[in-house]
Amino acid sequence: MTTGLEQDRESATRARPTARAPSDSGWTRDAVENRVFGVLRWLIIAFLLVITLFPFYYTVLLSIRSLDGVLRDPGAIWVPPSEWVFDSYERVLASSGSGGQGFLTFMRNSAVVALGTVALTLLVGLPGAYAISRLEFFGRRQVSGLFLAVYLFPSILLAVPLFVFFTRIGLRGSLIGLLIVYVSQIVAVSIYMLRNYFDTIPVSLEEAAAIDGCGRLGIMWRISLPLAKPAIMANALFVFMIAWNEFLFALLFLVERRDRWTVSLGLSQLAGSIEIPTTVLMAGSVIVTLPIIIIFFASERLLTEGLTAGAEKG
Amino acid sequence: MSERADVSGAPPQPPPPELEKPGGEGGGRRGRSTRRQSDARAGIALISPTLVIVVVMVVLPILWTFSMAFQRIRLLNLSTAGIFGDYTLDNFSGILNSEGFWTSLRTTLIYSVLGTAFAIGLGLAAALALRQAFRGRTFVRAAMLLPYVAPVVAATFAWTTMLNPQFGIVNYWGQRLLGWDEPIAFLSQANSDVSILGLQFSVPTALLSVIAFEAWRSFPFAFLFLTARLQAAPVVLEEAARVDGATPTQRFRYVLLPQLLPTIAVLSVLRFIWTFNSFDDIYLLTGGGAGTEVVSVRVFNALTARGDIGAAAAQALVLALILAILVSIYLRRFATQEERA
Repeated sequence: MTTGLEQDRESATRARPTARAPSDSGWTRDAVENRVFGVLRWLIIAFLLVITLFPFYYTVLLSIRSLDGVLRDPGAIWVPPSEWVFDSYERVLASSGSGGQGFLTFMRNSAVVALGTVALTLLVGLPGAYAISRLEFFGRRQVSGLFLAVYLFPSILLAVPLFVFFTRIGLRGSLIGLLIVYVSQIVAVSIYMLRNYFDTIPVSLEEAAAIDGCGRLGIMWRISLPLAKPAIMANALFVFMIAWNEFLFALLFLVERRDRWTVSLGLSQLAGSIEIPTTVLMAGSVIVTLPIIIIFFASERLLTEGLTAGAEKG
Repeated sequence: MSERADVSGAPPQPPPPELEKPGGEGGGRRGRSTRRQSDARAGIALISPTLVIVVVMVVLPILWTFSMAFQRIRLLNLSTAGIFGDYTLDNFSGILNSEGFWTSLRTTLIYSVLGTAFAIGLGLAAALALRQAFRGRTFVRAAMLLPYVAPVVAATFAWTTMLNPQFGIVNYWGQRLLGWDEPIAFLSQANSDVSILGLQFSVPTALLSVIAFEAWRSFPFAFLFLTARLQAAPVVLEEAARVDGATPTQRFRYVLLPQLLPTIAVLSVLRFIWTFNSFDDIYLLTGGGAGTEVVSVRVFNALTARGDIGAAAAQALVLALILAILVSIYLRRFATQEERA
């Protein structure tokens, strides 16, 4: 920080002559830069808004247009409400027996896996995070280091042995197997995030409870967990998002069992087929994304904190 | 990893607090040690479920990868293969002698270096542009995060549709507004000739497209971290520089940038690691075709399409090894620079 300050002072002295130079027109370097950046800033904001929002807007737009309409006029960026059709959603959700794509089943699978991962990760991770934050036990530092290493670990390297292992014990194609893999990969990040929060809770509160005769587990259950509620919420949402969005392991484990596909896997598998109209797939795409968007806007602040505290792999 | 805590703006980790004062029972030295012992026991009991899962599902499989990389294992003869098989270096020599591996390693490097650089650059521009408050900034900030939180499958599908040569909206408007002669196959063409000012260039179209996607998808991550760091930067410094007559670019170069550099350095490492290993984006966009086959896609193909487990394991290990070397070189460099500064 000191170096920053020195450079700072240096630059300021160097800059003085330029800025203080007398100029009647007002075209000093400072004025020009201020004007340029004043405009540039809004251009950048507009550009960023277009690139971040447009792909999602386009997805929604195609999902409510008819296939004929899209082929006739592929460049349309707006269609009047009178031309909106919702057939695509019906077709993508209906079971494959009745001529649809069976996304309802995929959503159920995704929900089971994602919610199961959240529950199990918190069940295992909360005591672990508390222990790492508060309790002095043999090997604490090493365990903590191990979890960080797992967090940065390439999942493609894990894909090979896990694929072989699950093939061998016959758990490939089961949602339980996938769930266990997710928990094992996420729990380390989850502990890292939760531990940071536990560290901010004053120890004095726990000491007070201990004086009142509370045991260690009682302290954890009655004092620390209730205080950590916001962090636990953020963590749960974060884990849900990772599990819902995950693709590689779902592909490796479930690809041969269509009835077990998650939504992400289902969409990616069907996207390659020529028979299914793009508009129908776009409806599927909206369906995959919607839960995430809802969670995200309902809890933006919580999640932003969560994302910076322990960001996603990938 | 201490830098990480700085980035997230978290307070420095306090020393491990010890709950030993309120030893109600027994008192004196014995009470203390019981408390400590029981804490140690409780700690191990509470951490062990996590530890078991991580060891069984992460640590052991990785060790097993080493074993598999040195054996001739195929998916077909899997049931007869054990941990102690016939060890051989064939897998590694096969990889290192194949031209495809080196090409894909080069592709991986280009992809991750450029992807990381563009993502951080875009994130920095976004963080600076959104620094001053204005009406609707909260909404804009939330929108910035969309590419990062949206499911990768949905994001890639939107892109493949937009870039589609037949009915994609990018080609439609590109031909009408930008005067393209013919639709560009962004994701299936390995190279295309572009002439700028009369000079002919050969441009790796598909590779640039996936790099653009990577930058688009991960810039929000850089944006979040840099915004957090900007909020922590004292305004007084810039005010002082302004009073002294420093122009906006000078204030950025000499006041803000030195404060942001450590964050940018950490971001580069993290993004590089993740991009280097990333599989989903390229697999979903191009399937590894048109000159975009990165090593992780090769590993996947060896594993599923050819069922050659030994080769897949060996390639994954080589990938991890190269990554470890690159990151450690970077960290060492960065550490010495810090000391000199």
